[in-house]
Amino acid sequence: MSLRYAAIVYRKELTEALRDRRTLISTIVVPLLLFPVLSVGFGAMASVLIGKARQETPKVMLLGGADSPRLAEKLRALDQLLVVPATANWKEQIESKEIRAAVEIPPGFEAQVAQNRPAQVTVYSYEGEIKSAFAAGRLEKFLKSYRDDVVKDRLAAKNLPENILQPFAVQLQNVAPPEKVGGAALGGLVGYMVILLCMTGAMYPAMDLTAGEKERGTMETILSSPVSRTQLVLGKFFLVLTASLATAALSVFSMGVSFWAMNHLRVFEMAGKGGDAAPQNLKLSLGAVLAVFLMALPVAVLFAAAMLTISLFAKSYKEAQSYLTPMTFVVIIPAVASMLPGIELTPKLAVIPILNVSLLCKELMVGTYHWNYIALIFLSTSLYAGAAIFLAVKMFQRESVLFRS
Amino acid sequence: MIEARGLCKRFQDKKRGEIRAVENVSFTCRPGRVYGLLGANGAGKTTTLRMLATILEPSDGTATVAGYDIVAHPEKVRASVGFLSTATALYPRLTAQEMVEYFGRLNGLDEATLRRRVAEIFARLEMDGFRERRCDKLSTGMKQKVSIARTLVHDPPVMIFDEPTLGLDVMTARTIIAFIRECRDRGKTVIFSTHVMSEVEKLCDTIGIIHDGKLLAEGTLAELRAQHAEQDLEEIFVRVVGPHHTGAGEN
Repeated sequence: MSLRYAAIVYRKELTEALRDRRTLISTIVVPLLLFPVLSVGFGAMASVLIGKARQETPKVMLLGGADSPRLAEKLRALDQLLVVPATANWKEQIESKEIRAAVEIPPGFEAQVAQNRPAQVTVYSYEGEIKSAFAAGRLEKFLKSYRDDVVKDRLAAKNLPENILQPFAVQLQNVAPPEKVGGAALGGLVGYMVILLCMTGAMYPAMDLTAGEKERGTMETILSSPVSRTQLVLGKFFLVLTASLATAALSVFSMGVSFWAMNHLRVFEMAGKGGDAAPQNLKLSLGAVLAVFLMALPVAVLFAAAMLTISLFAKSYKEAQSYLTPMTFVVIIPAVASMLPGIELTPKLAVIPILNVSLLCKELMVGTYHWNYIALIFLSTSLYAGAAIFLAVKMFQRESVLFRS
Repeated sequence: MIEARGLCKRFQDKKRGEIRAVENVSFTCRPGRVYGLLGANGAGKTTTLRMLATILEPSDGTATVAGYDIVAHPEKVRASVGFLSTATALYPRLTAQEMVEYFGRLNGLDEATLRRRVAEIFARLEMDGFRERRCDKLSTGMKQKVSIARTLVHDPPVMIFDEPTLGLDVMTARTIIAFIRECRDRGKTVIFSTHVMSEVEKLCDTIGIIHDGKLLAEGTLAELRAQHAEQDLEEIFVRVVGPHHTGAGEN
């Protein structure tokens, strides 16, 4: 079958799509801006806020400690904390964020320690409040090092070496290359985003080319031309597929640029002063991204054909929207399910559309290629996609659908 | 040439069951003549014309249009037909020229022929002033011209007009009427549907009165006048339709 007429239809639909502001926004602007705004913007904002919280010198209240002058003195000398005098309403002050934490030194603390008797220092904080957690963390760190000093003094008093308490050291070391670590962290996300954007990219043009055509009264015009309905639906299908893939490709491109920017501009380090949240491993391997795309191809075909079929049934834009919106959930649920920890590919899951590809994407991103699964998933998804195209063509031949009123 | 033989169209409606939109309709339209299908709203005019244009498939019966059977060769029929109705809108985001070119290409014209035809038609219909303007920015009159150009681009021997003047102002309607005459004068076979008596009187060589999906009377205006001993077409129409009319408030 020559696709000459489908190509003519495709070219015309492309011309129209490129002149439609709504299509341009949904297929080009949104995917290009989504990631920079989401990742860099949001990430930078979060790290700036965290950095600010770290830089602030939190106020903490010292409760008791009148008979423990050494500890109290050391506490006051800390430059990361501002120790304020005790008041009776310290709890309310923590709640109202006037102070961030409080530390309670029991009466006779230093005397008890000197006599090797058990003693307890309590740190009060407001859980869930990040600035309070920082203050409490600093207090705890200080108290631990103070305790270590006490231990050292005791060992020294008994003439024992310091390493008696540490017979050996434990060290954790990573052997995975950085892109694999990045892949594990991002694998689920990339697959999910590609699938989701394949869908959102297809949705608008699918409605515009079917229900939109009915609504604008051009359906009868085009049906009166000699182009066969099969060629007509194929031309439309290829346009929807183009939009779907363009959306996904642009979003992955912008995701790559965003990660690159985050690594190179060191947004996190700048804000967090070399804090431990710096994502050094946000690297994606190009091969893995291409593989994900290859697997997304039949998914995009499936979406394009299914959405054309569904929205062709609708009489108007509004009706088409109300049919396609619930489809978002049908797509999101398996895609999100694949991100759950512990879910892995099994032969049964490999034939469930969407879920199979999102699970596979997770594997591909960490550089694992299960060829059996890849073949099974590609074939089964292609099969579904083929069925969806067949359905779309059949739908275009039904008068009751084309002239539904 | 159009020859309709026993055309039937039945629809299934969930509430009302089977609807017989067109029942056993047969007629002949000859080249160089205008056949007018006269009927009230819902009489079956649009369905009949859509079947001739192969937009709908007949449930029974068939027709030949420009020598091609509408059931066996629908694509060849469409390539021989220019179809215009008030429901055939333009693509809003294409320019006037792109719109006409698109339909030329769909009709299989090669690029050289297409360029020549488009230049010819745009000159004849005086459309060069808005050639590059998008269809959604055109006035109603300009849109009608683009629609006419669209139906003419492949120079079809048969023209089908489905209530082409419905909802148009007088001046735009006159453009259409003049265009229909021109088609006839150029030897094309023309069929058009309307419920406006004056248009039929002005234009049609043969008149078919359709009601409830059935063709009840056919003939030239003179023949119908003689048969019913009545000069006024509206009176003739009421007499023909009257006994079959099922609507309330009339006899």
